[in-house]
Amino acid sequence: MSTQTSFNALERDLRAGLDKAGDDAGAITSRLAERAAGEGLLDVAYATADTPVGPMLIAATPRGLVRAAFPGEEPDDVLAELAREVSPRVLESPAELDPVRRELDEYFEQRRRSFDLPLDWRLSHGFRREALRALVRIPYGETVTYSELATSAGSPRAHRAAGSACGSNPIPIVVPCHRVVRTGGGLGGYGGGIEVKEYLLGLEGVSTE
Amino acid sequence: MSAAELPPFQTFLDEHRRPVLGFLRAMVGPNDAEDCFQETFLAALRAYPRAEGRNLRAWVLTIARRKAIDHHRARARRPEPVAEPPAVESDESRDGLGGGEAWARVAELSAGQQAALALRFAADLPYREIGAALGTSEAAARRRVHDGLEALREWLGTTTKEDL
Repeated sequence: MSTQTSFNALERDLRAGLDKAGDDAGAITSRLAERAAGEGLLDVAYATADTPVGPMLIAATPRGLVRAAFPGEEPDDVLAELAREVSPRVLESPAELDPVRRELDEYFEQRRRSFDLPLDWRLSHGFRREALRALVRIPYGETVTYSELATSAGSPRAHRAAGSACGSNPIPIVVPCHRVVRTGGGLGGYGGGIEVKEYLLGLEGVSTE
Repeated sequence: MSAAELPPFQTFLDEHRRPVLGFLRAMVGPNDAEDCFQETFLAALRAYPRAEGRNLRAWVLTIARRKAIDHHRARARRPEPVAEPPAVESDESRDGLGGGEAWARVAELSAGQQAALALRFAADLPYREIGAALGTSEAAARRRVHDGLEALREWLGTTTKEDL
């Protein structure tokens, strides 16, 4: 028999191990994420929240909820953004996002009117952050105009900047930029699509005609 | 976005999970592979921000190799039960690999050959990546796998294998 033959038999024996190399990716990842969190290494945890407006990617740091993305955003892009802007230590960890998913569920089931979640504001800066922080004070079911928002953020004439702050909102729904509308009564734009804005306002009992 | 930018750790994990687990199954046996796997990726997570610009697959396999060595050292320090000879235990823990006897023998080769065979036949990597993971050239990796197979063949006895 040639050397090659017995090499092939050996390779076959060795490769036979590969058949059993199927693994439970979910279990492995969640065990890793749990240990990472325990050691303070889970800089960004993310999960998917199923909502009536579609699956949303939600992400939190140890400080709080840092990002929520509508279905229109490519998850890989959002994760790359988080890796770049926050930390590359980004791991899927549904358990870490349980409180966020629970509050979102309650909101969409009309059992919750405000969110009790810690927020991490680090993805917005300067006036945009001020405008978004002012947004959180707008009560459920009420709307303000872009210039009213600019005023409550401390810069009455910055209604355009207030508009772009809403457009760049990293944590939509929880930071309720859907409650900001045009002065003339028009809905204005929305990152998740105008039909989502309409849906959210409708959910909160605001008439949008 | 620059090319050297680190992917999110989850992407990195998804990309290298299978070869690392396959490699560790061959290096420490299926029973202990998952623990070593967790240790490997936890260590990788700790050092991850400093891995920018590296060949990430070679990098994580180097960590895995170190964890396998740590595992063997810890095991060697642990007193073995008198009634249980080490050889039997090692055979048992490798049964899940299918080619149980072959892998048990691989464990007795030189550390370099063992790693090379595990990278080739359990992690299923091309020689170029094996070379990167072992810090050597593609040609040297190919040679090391070949030498490992040669040593194995002698060990297992050509007669029984060739009769198959």
